[in-house]
Parts: sequence; structure tokens; C-alpha cells
Amino acid sequence: MRDLNVKIFCMLLVCTSLGLMYAKVKTLGLPLVPDQVSSIWIVEARVEFDGLGRSALVNLDIPDKLGNFLKLDEFFISRNYGLNVTNNKKDRRAEWSIRNAKGKQRLYYRIEVVPEEVTEKTSSKKHKLPAIPLKPEYEEPLASAIEDTLGKVRSESANTFTFVSQLLVQLNAPSPNKNVLVIQEGFTPGTEQWVKRIIYVLHGAKITSRLIRGISLVEGTTDAKLISWLEIHNGQHWEGFDPLSGNKGYPPNFLRWSVGDFPVLNIEGGVNEHISFSLSERPFSMEEISQGRAEKKQSILNAWSLHKLPLATQNVYKILLMIPLGALVVVLMRTFVGVACFGTFMSVLIALAFRETELLYGILLFCLITGAGLTFRFLLERLNLILVPRLSAVLVMVVILMLGISFLSHELDIDRGISIALFPIVILTMVIERMSITWEESGSFEAIKEGFGSLVIAVIGYFVMTNDQLEYLMFSFPELLLLILAICILAGRYTGYRLSEVIRFKDLANEEIKDVESNSKTS
Amino acid sequence: MLSRIRKLREAGVVGINARNHSYVMPNNPRRMYKYVDDKVLTKQLAEKANIAVPRLYGLITTIHDSDSITKIIGDKKDFVIKPAHGSGGKGILVIENRRKDLFIKPNGTAISNKLVKHHVENILGGVYSLGGQPDQAIIEYRVKFDPVFDSISYQGVPDIRMLIYKGIPAMAMLRLPTQQSDGKANLHQGAVGVGIHLTTGITTLAVCKDRRIAEHPDFGSKLSDIQIPGWQNLLLLSARCYELAPLGYLGVDIVLDAELGPLMLELNARPGLAIQIANGRGLQHRLDAIDNITALPSNAEERIEIVKLISEH
Repeated sequence: MRDLNVKIFCMLLVCTSLGLMYAKVKTLGLPLVPDQVSSIWIVEARVEFDGLGRSALVNLDIPDKLGNFLKLDEFFISRNYGLNVTNNKKDRRAEWSIRNAKGKQRLYYRIEVVPEEVTEKTSSKKHKLPAIPLKPEYEEPLASAIEDTLGKVRSESANTFTFVSQLLVQLNAPSPNKNVLVIQEGFTPGTEQWVKRIIYVLHGAKITSRLIRGISLVEGTTDAKLISWLEIHNGQHWEGFDPLSGNKGYPPNFLRWSVGDFPVLNIEGGVNEHISFSLSERPFSMEEISQGRAEKKQSILNAWSLHKLPLATQNVYKILLMIPLGALVVVLMRTFVGVACFGTFMSVLIALAFRETELLYGILLFCLITGAGLTFRFLLERLNLILVPRLSAVLVMVVILMLGISFLSHELDIDRGISIALFPIVILTMVIERMSITWEESGSFEAIKEGFGSLVIAVIGYFVMTNDQLEYLMFSFPELLLLILAICILAGRYTGYRLSEVIRFKDLANEEIKDVESNSKTS
Repeated sequence: MLSRIRKLREAGVVGINARNHSYVMPNNPRRMYKYVDDKVLTKQLAEKANIAVPRLYGLITTIHDSDSITKIIGDKKDFVIKPAHGSGGKGILVIENRRKDLFIKPNGTAISNKLVKHHVENILGGVYSLGGQPDQAIIEYRVKFDPVFDSISYQGVPDIRMLIYKGIPAMAMLRLPTQQSDGKANLHQGAVGVGIHLTTGITTLAVCKDRRIAEHPDFGSKLSDIQIPGWQNLLLLSARCYELAPLGYLGVDIVLDAELGPLMLELNARPGLAIQIANGRGLQHRLDAIDNITALPSNAEERIEIVKLISEH
């Protein structure tokens, strides 16, 4: 019964830990692998116009639904202007106003976005279906040209999307037929006007369509242009179409700026208005982005984020959070493998020391200093010193040894010597003391065995504790501590054999007990 | 690998995890450890309970009292002085005889009264104690080892480790010092462990460094089929130690004195598992058998009767 309780408890810990982690990955987009660099795109719209010396009103369409992007932040840079942001159902607009605009005026709107998968289908369900357009009264000869074209395309298509696709191919054909020429008259394919013309034609087929404008965020470009695009509603959802090729979809990395054919920029009280867009990209680690994302989404998951702590504290926790992992290594190595080692967490301390020296030098130093220290310790033994002075004497000796190593490495131009000074001497002294005690109590073999075991665990611990992936995981998902806790609890109730015991008790597995019995009875 | 684990399980071999979790933790309450860890306390309790131990002649606890050594020794011809918290046999001074004012050590050398007192002072100063803390000096009876083990023991002190589970001897092992173990009966250091048939007291198999051996590594003498004298007494003595320190999973170390018979040397709260290898069998089945006995008698004589029941497991 108690056993069951423990198992349930551990199960709860595991579920909480993994559940929190899953939620973070899912909702905050926190990646499981570190150093996944993503981009923050910064799009800046620059509005310029000449003031007329009287009040001016600038009305700029600003992004609302961004497509596959998430807005991290936006800035309105406008000196002396009053700002008002209005949210309509259809679009969002920034209204700048000033009493007296004189000379060249410049206004900026800047938005920072990150790519994000958006499940638009679910969101659009809530909305009402857009109204089906009325068939316009076309004039001749346009009317018959449109009728003919639509009729021809209709016979060649199966549904709305293929219809639109076909129509676009027809309208953009390199060698247009008579009807298409009539439709094209006065329009240049590829312009915004052309898209409006297509929509006009589509109305004839009672197909809901709209003009959208956006920017294709392509790496390396700084000057960006608003691209006019066509969107068709098939009764369920909107779908983008290339107004030139008729291909379904959107331009790559398409940031939707505005919807509808209402002009993006509208200025009252100004002339020579001009809008230009510039684009820049900033590499950002996924962690930072998800931080921003979390703040945007006001997620409670974020409440327990270590990123909120001061940077110095964060750095401490980066190391501190790795210690339970080191302890876990000790637990596993002792309980399941059965490696003999000093103390409970001596190996973790040694591994921490290795962090500062790098592994190879660490091992070298460990062997060198422990060996020399041990020799010295046994020399002191002859003097019959009591513990504390003896331990201190060993400590002094360790410092002298390290001094020697530092001088030597300096002479040899190895900069490694400098980091030795940081090598935690107390840990080494303790190792020496522990080792000599074991040496006395259980003999040299045992002492060397345990020393070697401690070193092995320390090396494994070092690899675990310096692993970037693990460090990232522990720091981003501190709830993993609960998982470690569960493993420790379960390991504490493991009563099976250790790997080392399977070897140790080899003879018992191979012997037949009956032999023993008969052996003793014959005597 | 897996088949070996299965065989070990069938043989009832107890691993360290199982020992700690299933036997030491539930049966040995922490507060009882002091009866075991403090050798002076163990000895004093044993003497009070009439359990045979090497007799405590005296205890010196402070430097101030170190002069009382002369009074404690009196005119005793032989004795041992040792630190209460020493380890690995360090700081043990054995005096075999006296000649005029001199004390004769086993190797024949003689030391003066002053040197004996100096040794006591060293002990009190903590020279031999692991913690370096001031220690106590024990002056006790010198065990005159039974010659039965002379041909299979390299110097040092051979002893018998009894594993007592809930007051019932569950397994026994003779520990013989070797050259490799530096005359110490410590299996880790290379001493020989010899299994003992629980009801008869006859040695069976032997192990050294966890591997099966047939002969003593130093003498080449046969290790099996040796009858341990006074086996019943020994069983009884070890079973009675449970009353002294009520630890369910208890190791009792016993030496055989030529004149006094078995004497309890010390107790151990977490006895090792090599005893299984020496006996060529796992502990589990016997411990289970004891666990299955519903009413364990409180009388030690009755308890050792149970040995006959469980020894077949």
C-alpha cells in the first residue's frame, strides 16, 4: 500500500513536470533545443509629405491580422503629432494629427514580428461569412468579354479555387485572346489596379474576393514594397492567389499589412505624400522570442520563468540547476551500477571543479594533486599529528603544489595555469583526506578503487553538467526538477541488484547449493 | 547477464540495495546505533547483561586521569590498551607479559612503564582516532587465541562473524587474516572468509576477494571441514547480543579464547554481504523463513533452536 502511494506520488511528479513542459513548448513555443536562432523582423513604414502650413491629418493603415506572424511590439514615431489608433472590424488605422504642419513632415510606424504558425481556420469560423457580391452591370463590350471568359473558364473548372486559378491563367496569358484584351484594356498586369480589375471580373461570377496588401519578408532585403495580392473566399475560408500566375498561396514570408482596397495612406492637409517601407532582420534566440511571446500572451506559465530574475541571479541558477543532475548521476551510478566512491556528493563537487579547469586538465590535476597530497599526508602520518592541524598542513601543501604548477605552466607559456588558481582547493583537500581515511580503514585497494570510482562519476557528472542542451532544458524548464525528484525517490526504493553485484556474486549464481550441502554433510 | 540476475534471485542473494532498504532500514532504528558504534558502551552493556566479552579492566577518559593506568593494570601480567574510536587496528598496544618494571610485547621487545603511559596519552590526544577528537583509552583483557586456527591464520586476529536476524543466527562466517590483509580480518583488504555450517559449526567453502578458494592463500592449508569448538555456546552468545542491542539486522563479531571460549568483540549495524559468498548461498531464503515465523521466542536458548529450522533454506 505504501509502495503504491509512493508510485502514485512519483507518477504525479512526473506528470506535473512533463505536463508543464509540454504546455510551455506548445503555448509559448519554447524550443527543446537551445540556440535555435530565429529572426525578429522589423518593418518600418515611413510616411513623408509636405505640410501646407495648416492642420494635417495622416491616416495610415497598420497591420492587424498579420498572417503567419506574431506582433511582438510596435512603435509610433511622430514628433509633435497626436496619435489615435482605431480598430475597425476590417482594419486598424493610425491617425496622426497636428495643428500646424509646415514643410517636410516625416512619420514612422515600426512593427516587430516573429514568424508563427497561425491556425486561421478556427478563428475564421467565428466570423460571419462575407457577403456574396452582386453581379455588376458591365458595359459592352466588356460585358460580353467577361461573360465569354467566365463561361469558358467555368466549363474547365471544378470548384471556386480551380475556377479562379483558371481565370487568372486566362487573364494573364502571354498571348491573350480577344476577350482578355478587352478586359486588360487600360490596366497593366502586376499593379494594384490590375488586382482590382480581377476582383471586378470575379464579381461577375459572384465570387467573394478581396485585395490584400502585404510585405514579403525576405532575408537580405532592406527596401520593401507593398505587394497587392488576391484573396478568394470559397465559402469556408480565405485563400490567397497570385494575381499574375493564378497559383494558390501567398508570397514567401508574407506579412499582411492591410485588407481591402481602401488606400493605405490618406493625408488631409498635405501634399507630395509618399510612403516607403524598410525591412531589417535581427537574429534572436528562440528563448528570447518565446519570452516576448509569453509576455504578449500574458501566460501564467511565464510566472515561473527564470528569465525574470536579475541576470546575475540567472547565472547562478544556470549552475545551481545543474547540481541536481549531477546528484542524479551519483544516484544512478551508486544504486544501479554500484560504483564505489567517496562521500555522497564528493563526485559532484569534483565535477563542479572540472567545470572551471576543463576536463583533461582537471583529471590531470586531480591525479597529480591527490597523488602528491596523499604522499604528503602519509609523511605527516609519521609525525603523529591530530586531525585538524594535519588537514590544514595538507591544505597548505595543496596550495604550494598549485603554486608550483602555475609557475611551471607560466614558464611553459601554457595559460591553463591561471585557471588552476580557481580550482577549488578545498575540494581537493577533502578528497585527499577522505582517501587517506579510507586507505587506513579499508586498505590501499579500496581507497584507490573508491578514488577511481569518484573520478569516473565526476567525469560523467561533468559531461552531464556541462551539456549545453541539458543546461538549456533545466534553465528553461525548471519543472524538470520534479522529474529528477521522482527518479530519486524511485531509485531510493530500488531493491534489485547493482551491476557490480552481479559480477561480485558471480560464484553464487553458478554454484549449485546442493553441492555445498553435501560437502558439509560428508564432513 | 539477465539469466545471471535471475539465478542470483533464485539463489536468494541479497544485494546492498535490498539489504539497506528491506533489512537495515526497517529493523535497525537509528537511535539504537549508539549501542553499536560506541565500543565502550557496547562492552559495558554486555558486561551488565552477562554476555562474555574481553573483560574491561578500565577506561581512561582524560589526560588528567592517565596516571590511573598503573592502578588499572595493577599486577596483571597481560592486557591490551586500545583507543575507543580507533580504526584499522591502529593504536592497539598488546602486552603479553611483565618482567620487573618492563612490559613485554608479543614480538618480544620490552617497553618501560613510561612508554605505556605515553601511549595512553597519545590515545587520549586523538592521535589514533579518525576524527582527531580526543579519544578514550580502553584497557582490557588480552584474548588468548584458541590454537584451532593457528594453521590457517596469518598473524592477527581471526574472528567469527555471525549474522543475527531478529535475534536468530542466520549465517556465520570465519574470517581469517592473510598476508595481503596485513593481518587484519577485513575481507575488503584480502582476508579470507570461510562459510560455517550453521547447525554443526563445521567450515564449508572459502572466499577471498569475492572469489572462491579452497586453500589458505598463505599456507595452502585446507579451509573446509574444520570444526569450530563450542559452536552451541557461540550460537547462544551471538543470539543474546540481540537483547543487548535490539537491532533486527545485526552483525556480531566473536573471537575464541583458549580459556574463556567465545567472546563478543563488537557489533555491527550494517554487516556486509560477503558472508553469502563464503557460504555459497543467498541470505534471502533464511531471512524469509525467519520472517514467516509468527511468534519469535524472547528466550535466546529457544531462539537458537530455530536455527535448525532455517538452516535448510
